[in-house]
Amino acid sequence: MHRVNTDMEQFSSYQLSDLERRLLNDFQHGFPLVPQPYQKIADDLDVTEEIVISTLENLQQQGFISRVGAVFRANSIGASTLAAMAVPESQLEQVAAMISGYSEVNHNYQRDHDFNLWFVLTASDEQTLNAVLDDIEQRSGLPVMYLPMEEDFHIDLGFNLTWT
Amino acid sequence: MKVNFRHPRLPEQLVLDARDMALVSLIQHGLTLSTSPYAELGRQLEMTEDEVISRISNLIDAKVIKRFGVVVRHHELGYRANAMVVWNIPDDRVSELGPCMGQFDYVTLCYRRPRRLPAWPYNLFTMIHGQDRHDVLHNIQGLAAHCGLDELAFEVLFSTRRFKQRGAIYHKSAGKE
Repeated sequence: MHRVNTDMEQFSSYQLSDLERRLLNDFQHGFPLVPQPYQKIADDLDVTEEIVISTLENLQQQGFISRVGAVFRANSIGASTLAAMAVPESQLEQVAAMISGYSEVNHNYQRDHDFNLWFVLTASDEQTLNAVLDDIEQRSGLPVMYLPMEEDFHIDLGFNLTWT
Repeated sequence: MKVNFRHPRLPEQLVLDARDMALVSLIQHGLTLSTSPYAELGRQLEMTEDEVISRISNLIDAKVIKRFGVVVRHHELGYRANAMVVWNIPDDRVSELGPCMGQFDYVTLCYRRPRRLPAWPYNLFTMIHGQDRHDVLHNIQGLAAHCGLDELAFEVLFSTRRFKQRGAIYHKSAGKE
């Protein structure tokens, strides 16, 4: 079996097999909607269902897969927004931790910019979203710039992973 | 009102009934890794396996579900650099340039968002991935050349730290984790 190291593999000394690579790359969309989807994948890859399931379990444990399931279009159900804050360096750690603490926050990144903290909020409705935004402003004492999506131009077919 | 959605949320509006909502609420956490994951969902929802499958299929057709499958974590797979690249695009060119930029597979998001003047003049947001910063910058150049963006103002915001990343949770009351 041909194996190539990615940066990550060198870093973690974890080597991905061909089967793992195909499971990671080939089923990011169009997952089988049949009673036994892992059996269908197993048939495609010429292995057993048991191997498909145990390999996916292992990939999930290693952190390579977050889940097998749905990615929802923003705002098609519930309400979400991107938000940004310009946080003084000395408070960044504390404000970031406070924001990560909300269950409505699913992404929270520091970025190289005056607006240095960027997060995505998702809630069941706009009212909840607004309440969380107000709460964050109140607790941090800093304004939040909220940037809801207005139009989506991306067709999501997953991410083509290449190993070099 | 703080969040102003100026556009309908779903152009091909699908009315989600209570059973769809219950299903959505369960599948956002992912399918079980077991022989019959749809039947397992059905048992929790008091639906047949057929109903679960056909409702998921309808949600995909209606574009409520954008993608259904293995959700990978880029960072862990060696794509350790990502940049949010924000562009100031004349309003009358957004509908032409947005789809051009959204077609590249290293572009994982391409959204129009409101400007917040004067602090924030950018109205098109792209998320661009790469194995390292150099790779990301190379991809941005490729994008600019292909779509003819050379004259337009943009900024590259590399992420320097990930505080939190997980799937969205849509149905949960407000609160702290």
